[in-house]
Amino acid sequence: MSDAVADPRLINARTVPKKRLRLSWSDPRFRAIVWQVVIVGIVALIAWYLISNTSANLAARHIATGFAFLGRVAGIPIGESLIPYNPAEDTYGRALLIGVLNTLKVSIVGIVLATILGTVIGIGRLSGNWLLAKLTAFYVETLRDIPLLLQLLFWYTVLQGLPAPRQAWHIGDLFYLTNRGMRMAVLDWEPAFGWAIVAFFAGIVGTVVWNRRARQRQEATGQRPPVWPVALGLLIGLPVVVWAVLGAPFAVDKPVLKGFNFQGGATLSPEFFALLIGLVTYTAAYIAEIVRSGIQAVAKGQWEAAEALGLHRGLVLRKIVLPQALRVIIPPMTSQYLNLTKNSSLAVAIGFQDIVSVANTTLNQTGQAIEGIAMIMAVYLTISLSISLFMNWYNAHIALVER
Amino acid sequence: MSETTATAGVISTPARDQPPASLVGPWAWLRTNLFSSWWSTAVTLALGYIIVRVIFDVVMWGVVNAIWTVPYNANGVADTGVCQLAKGSGACWALIADKYRLVLFGRYPYYEQWRPALVVVLFVGLYVVSAMRRFWRKELLLVWLVTLTVIGILMWGGIFGMTYVPEDSWGGLPITLILATFGAAFSFPLAILVALGRRSRNLPAVKMLCVLYVELIRGVPLISVLFMASVMFPLFMPAGVNVNKLLRAQIAFILFAGAYLAEVVRGGLQALPKGQGEAADALGLSYWQKTGFIILPQALRLVIPPLVNTFIGFFKDTSLVLIIGIFDLLTMGKVALSDPPWQSFSTEMYVALAVIYIAFCFAMSKYSRNLERDLNRARVR
Repeated sequence: MSDAVADPRLINARTVPKKRLRLSWSDPRFRAIVWQVVIVGIVALIAWYLISNTSANLAARHIATGFAFLGRVAGIPIGESLIPYNPAEDTYGRALLIGVLNTLKVSIVGIVLATILGTVIGIGRLSGNWLLAKLTAFYVETLRDIPLLLQLLFWYTVLQGLPAPRQAWHIGDLFYLTNRGMRMAVLDWEPAFGWAIVAFFAGIVGTVVWNRRARQRQEATGQRPPVWPVALGLLIGLPVVVWAVLGAPFAVDKPVLKGFNFQGGATLSPEFFALLIGLVTYTAAYIAEIVRSGIQAVAKGQWEAAEALGLHRGLVLRKIVLPQALRVIIPPMTSQYLNLTKNSSLAVAIGFQDIVSVANTTLNQTGQAIEGIAMIMAVYLTISLSISLFMNWYNAHIALVER
Repeated sequence: MSETTATAGVISTPARDQPPASLVGPWAWLRTNLFSSWWSTAVTLALGYIIVRVIFDVVMWGVVNAIWTVPYNANGVADTGVCQLAKGSGACWALIADKYRLVLFGRYPYYEQWRPALVVVLFVGLYVVSAMRRFWRKELLLVWLVTLTVIGILMWGGIFGMTYVPEDSWGGLPITLILATFGAAFSFPLAILVALGRRSRNLPAVKMLCVLYVELIRGVPLISVLFMASVMFPLFMPAGVNVNKLLRAQIAFILFAGAYLAEVVRGGLQALPKGQGEAADALGLSYWQKTGFIILPQALRLVIPPLVNTFIGFFKDTSLVLIIGIFDLLTMGKVALSDPPWQSFSTEMYVALAVIYIAFCFAMSKYSRNLERDLNRARVR
């Protein structure tokens, strides 16, 4: 804009002549360069000192650096893993991979459950019911003031105090709670289930397409075709039909008491269960505060204006309040998700074999301290970076579009 | 003032002054807050029942049926048979009576334990003095220096007729307080430098170093930093140099806390209006004069509440040293529980430890909230 109106005679006058760098302390650019060289030099010197010490120490202790140990047989017994594992023949690499998967398992389940519990408690704190509001406030205050590690140890003790398998607490013959963990009945896997899942994903695509067409119709004619019945039909009906067409196979694998423990069914170990309960209840206290402040950040006039437009309560919440509250909620929520993932490393204290626990055993057995800790850090950095990238994308997606 | 003069002329009748009975008083309060609708009434009744049941059970377990003392046999070993009988219905507080010295002060020589006790008192006094706004002056720095020196003298001893006690015998609450307080005291200057470095515009290399440090530390769990201190640190040192385990953990804490505090300080620097720095430049102040006299005093004041919250986090995080085998409060609790007669009474121990942690954290968070309200009073009408 300014270029168009600028007087051509002023163009030369405006450009500041580029000064030559003077080798003098009074030149700020020279000072900046000197300071940077000095500081980077000091840091490099310290790094060089530490590295040379380390290599000398490693040579003195006859420890070979490198990741060759990953291919050796591990011999670490691992209680629970998502992929097959045999300590007698599988490698350290595979053991560490199981550790990563266990970390991911507890983090993902924990994030989902903590979000649900935290949202419920956060809304409870805003309740008009005095008793509910005070009780949830008490929950938040207490849980946030006790170290997570202490809570984990407590939950682990509680779970170990549960009855033995013979006197297990149970719901019918489908679900047992014992000091050996949680046993529950599961469906036997049939190929038909796989096809039903494929049908479910096809249903998601169909719903998205139908929703887009409905919006186009609404914008063109003002009439909105029904979306929910179609979505339900596509998401639930389609998989059920596929399953029924393939013969509706159905068999339940129930846990049965044999000797001192159960056979069959699926197990959640007490370690996993204690870690999950501890992480979820602790993080939910923080999420509750975030949700509460997010909802309180939406001005009351927004509710009133939306009601004045004649929108019903559900629509007000969905279209007016939540989009504004989410903008406040998402950034602190991201850091809580990151905290939960990082806190899952406390698993090592109660014996759940996550990446920290497996890497710790590995570095004790092989003496590869540097590689072990580097791998722990690399795994967490990757997870942290992925979560923050995803949440930043989501945040940008819902951000206020300004002029 | 103006309201009283305006209403003075109006003849007040008692009936007018008082709102109708249906809007005030305990009944009205109950109706609006507990029984405003069917839904609210149902929630109140259900929660009320659960709360009464839980409180009843807790009182029965913790007070009425609790065992407060147990007999000891000739060898001084506790006979916990009574507690075993009461297990499940009554708490065994005799455990705390038997072990509280071990849990609070660790393996510090028994007859010298007045020293760590005094140290705990000094720490609490230091927190209280630092919390009072009338002491927020330069002299406070001196108070910190003197107190921390006295704490060091008391813990180590070796002079003034006190016997020397090596760090390996320290334990319990003083370790927790030392890790948290020294961690905060040393990481704070580091955090300020890193935050300034990260904000600098004409030192790109320094800025990159600061970003790398902060993001690296914040991306990994504290455990991995502590492992680094306990396993990798000995490899970093030249042969023959042995750094004490406690000091190594302390360094890890300082580095960890520094990254988090740096982000808090950076928040304060960003919240400060740009005009402040520009005005200082216009006055011809140098960078350090501008930063020390204009920017930092205002920026730090803005972030005192989040600083306190971060400090609460570190206080809780000190319990993680359990995993690398340093004898802090939580570790001593576990050690006390490893004594065979007491092994099955961990719930009682965890409850007692939780009470100590809650006492410290609740005081700090309450203080932080009050402070936030006070500091915001000038800005929020």
